[in-house]
Amino acid sequence: MKLVNKIITGVAGMAMLASGALAEDLTIVHGSVGRDQEVLRRQLDTFEAETGNTVTIVSMPESTSDQFGQYRLWLAAQSSDIDVYRMDVIWAPQMASHFIDLNPLVADIIGDFVPAAVESQTVDGKLVALPLFLGAPALYYRADLLEKYGESVPTTWQEMTDTAQLIMDGEHAAGNTGMYGFVFQGAAYEGLTCNAQEWINSSGGGRIVELDGSIEINNPNAAAALTLAASWVGGISPEGVLNYKEEDARGVFQSGNSVFMRNWNYAYALAAGEDSPVRDLFAVTTLPSGGEGTSSAATLGGWNLGVSRYSEHQEAAVELVRFLTNYENQKERAIVTSRPPTLTAVYDDVEVAEQQAFIPLWKPVVDNALPRPSAATLRSYNEVSSAFWTAVHNTMSGQGTAEENLAQLEQELTRLRGARW
Amino acid sequence: MKANNISRLTRIRTRSAWAFLAPMLVVLLVVAGWPLGRTIYFSFTDASLDLISDARWVGVRNYLEYVDFGDGEGRYYGLLADARWWRSVGNTIWFSLVSVSIETVLGLIVALVLNQQFRGRGLVRAAVLIPWAIPTIVSAKMWAWMLHDQFGILNDMLMRVGLISDPVAWTASPDTAMIAVMIVDIWKTTPFMALLILAGLQMVPGDLYEAAKLDGVSATRVFRKITLPLIMPAMLVAVVFRSLDALRIFDIVYVLTPNTDATRTMSVFARENLFDFDKFAYGSAASTLMFLVIALITIVFILASRMDLEGKNS
Amino acid sequence: MKLDILKRLGFYALVTIIVLQALFPFYYAILTSLEDGQALFEINYLPEALNFINYQSMLSGGVFGKQILNSVFVASVVVIISLTLAVTAAYALSRIRFRGRGLLLLTILSVSMFPQIAVLAGLFEVIRWLGLFNSLWALVFSYMIFTLPFTVWVLTTFMRNLPIEIEEAAIMDGASSLTIIRRVFLPLMWPAMVTTGLLAFIHAWNEFLFALTFLSTDGQRTVPVAIAMISGRSEFEIPWGNIMAASVIVTLPLVALVLIFQRKIVSGLTAGAVKG
Repeated sequence: MKLVNKIITGVAGMAMLASGALAEDLTIVHGSVGRDQEVLRRQLDTFEAETGNTVTIVSMPESTSDQFGQYRLWLAAQSSDIDVYRMDVIWAPQMASHFIDLNPLVADIIGDFVPAAVESQTVDGKLVALPLFLGAPALYYRADLLEKYGESVPTTWQEMTDTAQLIMDGEHAAGNTGMYGFVFQGAAYEGLTCNAQEWINSSGGGRIVELDGSIEINNPNAAAALTLAASWVGGISPEGVLNYKEEDARGVFQSGNSVFMRNWNYAYALAAGEDSPVRDLFAVTTLPSGGEGTSSAATLGGWNLGVSRYSEHQEAAVELVRFLTNYENQKERAIVTSRPPTLTAVYDDVEVAEQQAFIPLWKPVVDNALPRPSAATLRSYNEVSSAFWTAVHNTMSGQGTAEENLAQLEQELTRLRGARW
Repeated sequence: MKANNISRLTRIRTRSAWAFLAPMLVVLLVVAGWPLGRTIYFSFTDASLDLISDARWVGVRNYLEYVDFGDGEGRYYGLLADARWWRSVGNTIWFSLVSVSIETVLGLIVALVLNQQFRGRGLVRAAVLIPWAIPTIVSAKMWAWMLHDQFGILNDMLMRVGLISDPVAWTASPDTAMIAVMIVDIWKTTPFMALLILAGLQMVPGDLYEAAKLDGVSATRVFRKITLPLIMPAMLVAVVFRSLDALRIFDIVYVLTPNTDATRTMSVFARENLFDFDKFAYGSAASTLMFLVIALITIVFILASRMDLEGKNS
Repeated sequence: MKLDILKRLGFYALVTIIVLQALFPFYYAILTSLEDGQALFEINYLPEALNFINYQSMLSGGVFGKQILNSVFVASVVVIISLTLAVTAAYALSRIRFRGRGLLLLTILSVSMFPQIAVLAGLFEVIRWLGLFNSLWALVFSYMIFTLPFTVWVLTTFMRNLPIEIEEAAIMDGASSLTIIRRVFLPLMWPAMVTTGLLAFIHAWNEFLFALTFLSTDGQRTVPVAIAMISGRSEFEIPWGNIMAASVIVTLPLVALVLIFQRKIVSGLTAGAVKG
């Protein structure tokens, strides 16, 4: 009798497992709002219907530093309240110990992802998070103005500088005094690290901290790139660029007041929007490089999903992560919120190309994307980045030459590293 | 008999004093005791936010440490030898000194105006309080927008009036960024000063003025000899609390300016280390040192202004 | 006579300047809240079009009303508790002589000398122990850390300034201390109470960091955090229109509060209730 009972319970339990009816309550913190949030909710509803699990979204403000601080508090407290975290591309190495290794759990699909994105989330062989969507910058330019002045699309930073100066002078002479040549993200924050890393790397100046952890930033190529960038401020770029973030740059470019702009993919949809004065006048291309023998560099951005080690529903959480990064959902995000996908195949999707013409354009950008030195510097990354952007900002605001600031930066990074990162 | 009575009364009153104080002190101890104690403790450890429970005692290393490089040379490390820290202390003190002084003067003027009888006074009072009422995260962003070099209305106004010919990059250049922060802070917190001083003015007995008026004393003399001494305690308290807030300023600086050495304040420095960098212990040390700096300034101020803490004059 | 007119004119000019400087940014915020998209990047001084879509989208969202109520609850309870605790404490600190009053006042003040960010981690632990995480009481509790020192200090200062005679009679009549506070001091303390209460209320109303850290669901959030969560259509876009609309909506209750309570600020001693 007892045995029969046990068997029945056992069979029933297995049946429940098989049908996925063992409902679990998951919590995801996504840090997104607006349309991202709507799409996420819709996808979660589908997930709930398919698996019987329920998923709650914990909302966070847009500010990534607020998110970062909050997540660290939760994780330090080993809180089991949150199962899945959405993390910025640079956070994985800093938070790696709090997340489970996804490698064995996604081995069957990992080959379909953009390699650079997967690499950025791998710390000491451990896959901390699965890439959800990417972010990548490009050079936005005013096709109409280039045509008007008979200039071609620049491929080197020097060409861009010259073209910008020429068009700006021309426009000023014609009475359009509000015109500038180039806007970018020049405030002292993570965005400047991205920008300056691109100038330096594409000029053959290395990647701040190399993959093996060596510090190679104090070199003539890097100094030359920074010196050129410093010449932009107050010249082809407004002086205020030293406090510009993404939106400030977009505002200037979209209002028709700049020939070139370096910005992320998000700006494309807005600059091409109905109310944009430059709607039909601009185009995008890969960022310039330093010249012969060097190639363009575009910083890898984006967001990734990791499963907390302290989660009490790890299996279901992994399932959720796999679900949110599958082809269908990535395709929907690409079309509805213009997020560059992390699955290589979505870039070739006909429907995506039809709805979001820019996504195929971003394919080469993404393929060559340059990760920030977060993997090499591990938990010190934020401090390394801060030291780097300070050196760049000082150079651009005229406090010391590029050579002086880079030499000082090298010293500081060496001290930060100590025996090893 | 009578003396005995009075001393008994004093004893009862002293005992009741502690009874009255106890609830407040208990609440304050529960809410503040642990966090503050933890912060001070962590400043003597190697705690990181990741491994907060594994913190090991390291003595004063976060504050000062001499590292011998082994070749006869060496260098001091730690907060006390950190030039960035001292720069941020300097920035903070400079900022607080300028903005609190200006706020006090403006607050006094506004309070004196609001203390007059005139039509629509209630509305004006409400209007004056608005800058203090808008959430700081909003007002900081709002001012960032108004001070924007390209789309900012301030540059537009100044250019229309002809005061400047080219847009000024208020928040970007190291020279003007601190001024921009001061402008916003003064705009935002003058109402706080004004309201506290106004409350002080309201508590001045009205008949004092009437007596003075009857005696034909000039208005400025009345202000100097009667009003000012009477509102001084309220004003000093307002200044103390404004200074404490100013010395801990964070939001406005964080939102408004590029985060550089020119504007970094003590709180920004502490936050960077506590949460952004992997240096929780160092950040705790900065917070503790910040506490000491502020305590020192407060005590010096209280002594210099002869603030009457013991209530000897009452 | 002429001098008088000049004086009056000067006075009103001063009033105008004070009101203008306080209100212009707010006016500009309202102006911005009526704009949308590209229009934000253009500078106007007068509204171009009355576009209330931002207000609609704020108020129809559903939770924003609840979030305002959360803020009202937290700020009110914080003010009531801290004024109650502070008034009795202030009485002891200002009217009763005992050793170490100055030191005690300084100790209370020292709580306000740490950066808010530094107490965050420790307070987070306390709140989890108390089981208050994601409860509005977590905010009521944690806000005491800044409202108590402030209210105690201000009320102590004001109470100390009241002449000694006013309670002597009551003491001689054998009235208990509580009765003295209620009957003698409270009526005289209205200006100070209302002012401190108002300032503490606004402080609690606008607090961001604790509210962000100690609450985690949308239904529990308070207004400043809710505003920070408003976002644009895409990643970096800042929805000025919505943010400003929300700010206008949350500032209006405070204005109403000032209008209601400002009568109280003028009563008290000016009525000549006390002969010094």
